[in-house]
Amino acid sequence: MGKWFKSGSPWIWMTGGAVSLSLIAVLGLLLLIAWRGLSFFWVGDVYQWELKDQHGKTSTLIGEIYDREDVPTERLESAGHKFKVHPGETVTRYLIKTGNRERVSLDFRWVLETDIVSRSTPKDIVVLERTKNGNFYGFPVAVVEDGKEIKNGDLRAKLDQLIERAVELSDEAHSLQKGEIGRINYDLETLRLKSRKYELEGKLTDAKKQEIADSREKLNLKYQELEKTFFKLRTKAGRDAVLVRDMTGEVLRLPMNTILDATYVNDMGFFAKLGHWFVGVGKFISSDPREANTEGGVFPAIFGTVFMVLLMAVIVTPFGVIAAIYLHEYAKKGPITRMIRIAVINLAGVPSIVYGVFGLGFFVYMVGGSIDQLFYPEALPSPTFGSPGVIWSALTLAILTLPVVIVSTEEGLSRIPSSVRQGSLALGATKAETLWRIVIPMASPAIMTGLILAVARAAGEVAPLMLVGVVKLAPTLPIDMNFPFVHLERKFMHLGFHIYDVGFQSPNVEAARPLVYATSFLLVSVIVALNLTAISVRNHLREKYRSLEH
Amino acid sequence: MESQVIPPDSKSLLLRGVTSRRTIKDKATQIGVSIGGTMVFVALLLIFFYLLYVIKPVFDSATLTPANTIAELSDKGVSLMVGSDEQNEVVYRVTQTGEVQFYNAASGKQVLDFKPKLPAGVQVVSSSRSMPDQQMFALGLSNGEALLLSIKFGVSYPNNVRTIAPEVSYPAGETPLLVSESGEPIEHISFAYNPSKISILFQNADKQFVLKRFEGEENMITEEVEWVAEESKLEDTPRHISKALITPYQRQLMLMSDDKVFVYDIRYMDETSLFQVINLERANTHVTDIQLLSGASSIMVSYDSGEIEQYFQVASEKGRLYQLIRNFDNVPPVSSMATEFFRKSFVVGSPDGTLTLLYTTSHRELLSESFNIGKTQAMGFNPRSDGLVVETAGKLHLFKVNNPHPEVSWSALWEKVWYEGYPEPKFVWQSTSGSDDFEAKLSLMPLAFGTMKAAFYAMLFAVPLAIAGAIYTAYFMSGKVRSVVKPTIEIMEALPTVILGFLAGLWLAPLFEENLPGIVILLILLPTSVLASAFGWSKLPRNWKNRLPETYQELMLIPVICFVGWFSFAISPSIEIAFFGGDMRSYITNDLGIPFDQRNAMVVGIAMGFAVIPTIFSIAEDAIFSVPRHLSNGSLALGATQWQTLTRVVLLTASPGIFSAVMMGLGRAVGETMIVLMATGNTAIMDWSVFEGMRTLAANIAVEMPESAIGSSHYRVLFLAAFVLFVFTFFFNTIAEVVRQRLRDKYSSL
Repeated sequence: MGKWFKSGSPWIWMTGGAVSLSLIAVLGLLLLIAWRGLSFFWVGDVYQWELKDQHGKTSTLIGEIYDREDVPTERLESAGHKFKVHPGETVTRYLIKTGNRERVSLDFRWVLETDIVSRSTPKDIVVLERTKNGNFYGFPVAVVEDGKEIKNGDLRAKLDQLIERAVELSDEAHSLQKGEIGRINYDLETLRLKSRKYELEGKLTDAKKQEIADSREKLNLKYQELEKTFFKLRTKAGRDAVLVRDMTGEVLRLPMNTILDATYVNDMGFFAKLGHWFVGVGKFISSDPREANTEGGVFPAIFGTVFMVLLMAVIVTPFGVIAAIYLHEYAKKGPITRMIRIAVINLAGVPSIVYGVFGLGFFVYMVGGSIDQLFYPEALPSPTFGSPGVIWSALTLAILTLPVVIVSTEEGLSRIPSSVRQGSLALGATKAETLWRIVIPMASPAIMTGLILAVARAAGEVAPLMLVGVVKLAPTLPIDMNFPFVHLERKFMHLGFHIYDVGFQSPNVEAARPLVYATSFLLVSVIVALNLTAISVRNHLREKYRSLEH
Repeated sequence: MESQVIPPDSKSLLLRGVTSRRTIKDKATQIGVSIGGTMVFVALLLIFFYLLYVIKPVFDSATLTPANTIAELSDKGVSLMVGSDEQNEVVYRVTQTGEVQFYNAASGKQVLDFKPKLPAGVQVVSSSRSMPDQQMFALGLSNGEALLLSIKFGVSYPNNVRTIAPEVSYPAGETPLLVSESGEPIEHISFAYNPSKISILFQNADKQFVLKRFEGEENMITEEVEWVAEESKLEDTPRHISKALITPYQRQLMLMSDDKVFVYDIRYMDETSLFQVINLERANTHVTDIQLLSGASSIMVSYDSGEIEQYFQVASEKGRLYQLIRNFDNVPPVSSMATEFFRKSFVVGSPDGTLTLLYTTSHRELLSESFNIGKTQAMGFNPRSDGLVVETAGKLHLFKVNNPHPEVSWSALWEKVWYEGYPEPKFVWQSTSGSDDFEAKLSLMPLAFGTMKAAFYAMLFAVPLAIAGAIYTAYFMSGKVRSVVKPTIEIMEALPTVILGFLAGLWLAPLFEENLPGIVILLILLPTSVLASAFGWSKLPRNWKNRLPETYQELMLIPVICFVGWFSFAISPSIEIAFFGGDMRSYITNDLGIPFDQRNAMVVGIAMGFAVIPTIFSIAEDAIFSVPRHLSNGSLALGATQWQTLTRVVLLTASPGIFSAVMMGLGRAVGETMIVLMATGNTAIMDWSVFEGMRTLAANIAVEMPESAIGSSHYRVLFLAAFVLFVFTFFFNTIAEVVRQRLRDKYSSL
């Protein structure tokens, strides 16, 4: 034993243990996120429980099992729970999502196994996905079509048909509101600014006043017309309703325009569920969030993240590449070059929040404020560029990711054998020509790698964005159909901030948690994919130049 | 081929043109690239200097600029109070007999001369003033009545021109309040007022001090306030007093007599009592004035030797007693003193015309400047604290004050400060509050401490794991496995920290809270199980070992660790029942008396450790891996074991690289924001306990920056916090980089 210790072999095993632990942690984490994120879209069975609590009161509970844990009996007893029969050392308890948020005070409930009398999975339980108050669990009793109650016949088909109609009408109303009504509002605001601008410049003549008043009148008329259509659509969508019996046995009337989807979970086979899973994923990616971001999709966040990151890439690439070329091709080896190199390394190590502070003070307040003073005096005191926005976020992250691009590009440049450059120069090309025709094309995969890494880093960065442009709910996307189509000054939504906001700031954290896992999984998979691409590009590159060197 | 047939002269022409264009292009590229490259350096400098640019005003001194002098005062007596409106357009002065003279600040012309309405044949025998923010004064009359007056400025915009209309109103009604029923003259009046309660103190004909309190009751029908009076004669009062102050909430009364302050409890009229005598006697000097600081918690005492002392109540065994908190020395001799409306700044004036601006909390002398104005008699700030009116004999001087950031100083940021109402000097970060006269507590120490604490626990978790992992991966692992393992761990570096923070806060923290015993067992079992399996492996028969591929030896530990992890959590409830009464958390809080937060340093340590492991691992692994093979081969050839070679040769050679890795990791841990923001309670406490949270500099910036007003002291202090982070990480990263470059040079020479 002593000899074994002396050989150092146990310590080697310990270091091996450290690697194993790190690997488990990494893979475990990714698996955890993947599992939780993907299972969010899988519909589980909906159970009906008959309960009898410690005081002998019976009740019925309908819902999904959300979580389960074993609790020491002693802890429950010290909390004041009395058991008739000692249930053993631990008691299993279930966290049940009961939905029907407007009916119960808490839509999540802990139930002790000892209280459960029976459990069943009735086939005709319906899960109604709604625009408000979360899911509804219950038994459909009848549908009301245009005031007529229909109890018999194929209730499910009828319900589906009516939901589809209501959803279509609501969508139409929504697109009308977002599209044409939104445009009129935008035009009205533009008119107001125009008149204010004339006023500031002292050019507001009566003729111009009249002109503006006329166009305003025209817009208002159009607005009233559209508003009428809009309300008509809304009333049409609210024509029908469904009658459902909830777990207390009460029959409720739910207007059809609040319902988005109806599923009979317990009546679904594996493939039906799989189909539903894909539909769920699709909806999550493509639809807008609802109910303070705790339900619905994350489309605006995906859009905002991608848009901001692309904008950042456009800014960072030229600067990063030029800086790398300067350092590697032009700069003489000396104290200044060394200082720039240390500066680059340091830029990479500066905490991201410091960039956020800098971005807020310098870009938003100083640069943005000056732009407002010079070009948008008519909108003051409400800021145009002088408040956090997507352009400032992109600029801030561009500085943040600059070192990534520089380091990666420089590595690529240093891998190009000097014989290639010398060959080009010997054939009479100038240095600039060598650079453009030989060096940059050969280094382009490395530049690509740097760019991908920068994008991956930027997509996951949240702290600075909280100061320079991200909001929990942006009313409009940075790109829309109103002139000038790209609105760089607008605030935007971001996947990473969405995770923080929904996970920590939302009123119903428990209900929102699966959604946060799903968002996390989305973000992680994008970033891991980007990184793997970068790594494979880099490896490919190394192989390529290794053959060149020989 | 055709190009060869170009005539010689045109060819040379072409060549010349092309050459010059090519040269220009070449030059342009060179210049462009050089400028672009230097831009990176400029960017770094820009960040550095921009942060400094925002921070600098915080440490600047205040300035006082003489704006105007009004030299036509009707008398040369000392005013009761002086001041001006918010815009510094109208200056006023209240004489001891209650006349108010308003002057236009720019022209110096009198705009209004107000004389209080007194009953016929009645004179003013005494007067006193309120705290500055009320802008009120009271007159004691010869017929036993008292009159309360208040100065107001109405602002209107006729024809878009701002016009300020000064007026004097009677907050308690135009009819004087009957204070002394027997009609004695009201000598030595002092008062405190709020809309439902008035307290008036005076000295009656028997030289006794009487406190009169009026409680206002609104008549439901006429909506007029009717005042119900109560009276109390104070016992044991000194005979001669030089100043009397009543706090605005009418809880305390202070009488100054012969360098002593007698403090009375006057909360209840039927039990008024003397509860403390503050002795202000000093050798060779006398008290010139006492004043209440804004918020009325502190008494400021000035001496004619040029010393100022601050007293406030501190809870002690004998109750909440006034205590000397801090003093300002080396101030010129004090002839008058004025406090600001809402902040803790005050100004003192000397007989030779020197004005000194001071701030209590930051213990800062903001300005001391001599003006050729003669002896200062009375002073008053305007409500925005950007104007100061100074009265000298027969003259009023208006000064523009620029004093935006008095609350910040080196001592306020980094040293213990005794805040009002605290039992002792403390490090406190509390930047905002609901009230106007809130004393901002801007100590960065708790935040710096929190940053260090978070980084410490993160490093405690990450350094051993990352370095041990790096050693194994670089030195013992087969190349094939290494090429998979290294990128896998490195990809963690790209994982957004918001996800780590979210998991730490919402998954790990509750998990730990539920399974505390399991965590302890895991900590013990993990190393032992690794050692046990190593021992078991060494005792395994050789032909068994040969069956398993040697390449994957290291991966055999993975199932072992997984099993140990599962086992620890599985037996956790049983252990909890057996030893901790079924609930270890309540055992820790109740039986051991250790505060326990769900989101604590342990959770942060692990989550943030996780974020820095890849950084440390990657750099340390590179350093160990690039140790030249001939060094270790030589050592092995001389008979050293693998482990000896590793510790004595390889690690020693790579140690600068490992050091640099740790520094990089530390830099990352210090600046990490999202994990700390989400996985701690963000309370600014100073406690090393692993079961409690912290608030770090970075998280604090993220929380408070969006809410701070541009240009406020708070905003600038947050920039300072960012600057501290910047300098800190800059320092560690530079060390790491320099060490790494040295190492690289060393390797290349080997």
